Amino acid sequence: MALIEARNIVKAYPDGTRALSDVSFDIQEGEFVAIMGPSGSGKSTLLHVLGFLDGQTSGTYRYNGKSGDQYEPDEIAKLRNQKMGFVFQSFNLLPRTDVLENVALPLVYAGIGKKEREKMALKAIRLVGLSSRIHHDCSVLSGGEKQRVAIARALVNTPDIIFADEPTGNLDSASGRVVLEFLQKLHSEHGHTIILITHEQSTAEHAERILSVRDGQLESDVKVEHRRFAKEGYEK
Amino acid sequence: MRLSDRIKASYRGLRTNMSRTMLTILGIVIGITAIIIVVSIGQGAQDLILSQIQGLGSRTIIIEPGREPHGPADFSEMYTDSLKQRELDALMNSANVQGLEYVAPMVIQVVPVNYENEISRTNILGSSVEIANVLDIYADDGDLLREDDIRNHTSVAVLGSEVKIKLFGESDAVGERIKMNGRSYMVIGTIHPKGQVGFLDVDHMVLIPYTTAQQYITGTSHFGALFARAIDEDSVPRVVRDIELTLRELHGIDDPDKDDFHATTQADAMETVGVITGALTALLSSVAAISLVVGGIGIMNIMLVSVAERTREIGLRKALGATNTDILAHFLLESVILTVFGGIIGILMGSLLSFLASLVLTKVLGRAWSFTFPISAALLGLGVSASVGLIFGIYPAKKASRKSPIEALRYE
Repeated sequence: MALIEARNIVKAYPDGTRALSDVSFDIQEGEFVAIMGPSGSGKSTLLHVLGFLDGQTSGTYRYNGKSGDQYEPDEIAKLRNQKMGFVFQSFNLLPRTDVLENVALPLVYAGIGKKEREKMALKAIRLVGLSSRIHHDCSVLSGGEKQRVAIARALVNTPDIIFADEPTGNLDSASGRVVLEFLQKLHSEHGHTIILITHEQSTAEHAERILSVRDGQLESDVKVEHRRFAKEGYEK
Repeated sequence: MRLSDRIKASYRGLRTNMSRTMLTILGIVIGITAIIIVVSIGQGAQDLILSQIQGLGSRTIIIEPGREPHGPADFSEMYTDSLKQRELDALMNSANVQGLEYVAPMVIQVVPVNYENEISRTNILGSSVEIANVLDIYADDGDLLREDDIRNHTSVAVLGSEVKIKLFGESDAVGERIKMNGRSYMVIGTIHPKGQVGFLDVDHMVLIPYTTAQQYITGTSHFGALFARAIDEDSVPRVVRDIELTLRELHGIDDPDKDDFHATTQADAMETVGVITGALTALLSSVAAISLVVGGIGIMNIMLVSVAERTREIGLRKALGATNTDILAHFLLESVILTVFGGIIGILMGSLLSFLASLVLTKVLGRAWSFTFPISAALLGLGVSASVGLIFGIYPAKKASRKSPIEALRYE
């Protein structure tokens, strides 16, 4: 059974525009998949549907064999909290809050106590190499550091899957490379399933497989022949 | 999510916009402050009045002319002349009223009192020998009134302690002569300082025989009031009934509604005071309540702004696993913390101001005005402010909890 099963997904807005039409694919557990497309292609909408952040108009989306309408709203919140991690283009860190607390935020909603929370958060922060910054306010960090905080937050609950929506979009190439390096590391060393949204071919090639989206439709679904590794350099 | 984490998160949310937070709670602060002041001062007034009533003792029955006042129009009846010597004699007859220890008449008028060049405008109390028992007073120097003085309409006066000091200073007053309404009176004694008894300020009055007062001061034959005392507390209701029956018979009254007098026991008086101060407190508190409603609307307004401003944060929290309940609780707690904080400040400010007021009132009135921290009002204030937060916070919080995470995240 595939972790993600999308069948004939349609997302239409009340004004009639179709962000997604008839999109179907599977993603297995442990895959690193890039969803690529130009802006307005519907790739972000697709990610929102996959992350249960938004509902589809028609079609079926099964996560772990269960479709969205089989979950209670609170179960979906729990799913997002414990099985999914999100990394956004604009970081979305809480302002005026330090690194430790930002990373620990999902654990707060999981009802975990303060001591245990800090232990788990510190572990995640160490993984992204920001141990020296735990008590820094997030607003003083660089863009790359912010995104690493966001990654630490996404994986603090050891989720099954990490959704990264243009994680390098707001970063310079060096910082972007570091972020991609971490995503690849999470995939290869920790076995996380990763879905990376990007509009750049070169970024997408860090994944194992690329789903190309254009005008709301799945254009192609190909395995990456010459995979890039961020450790070796972002640009070739 | 744990409650302690909920509270912490909401507190942090408020702290990020401290100056706005403080301004928002002003309405609540003012409302609660007002309630505390009203209740505290109302309690102080009630305590003061009750302590004065109790000064007369629970066996005392006051008989006044006119029917019991039920409204402003009835107060004019207090000046009717239904209580005279004839009524006094009838009440003193034990065949009419049983269980009565004594009845003391009262004639009161404000008159200038002169001694040499000193003048003092003073309450003249005309009464009988029994007044010593009614007011529980005794002479420091000389004597109080004697039976002979009453019978013979003698021109003698007993001075309250303050009047004595005002006119004579430290020198001896007994045997000196003072002038009231152009007539000369011999000072036969001074009263030991007593303070307020009922509505009488003993230290600031001059006591003379009621017969003399009627003849030379008021020029009328009726009394302002009669003070009766029952032999014991249990017989008070029966004595009151006997008094009423006696006076009605004397005046040929069949219908109690047409009484031209009324007898008040101390229990009645306390009840009346309680009703009056209670009504006043309720009235003033309801004015303060308006401030709370206005304050609550202010809170709702700011919370709505806050929810709109933090749409993105709400979306993020939802994406990270916050349930609708978590978000609802977050914003509801913010508004409750806000109003309870305002309530606490209001309680502190109200207490401080009532304490200062009690000091000022003590100075102005010259009587010990007690400051009581109104615990019940403080608890009420806390409860009310928390409810205001809940009631006016529920709409913004519901609005926040219903935001779809993606709409919220997209919000710029």
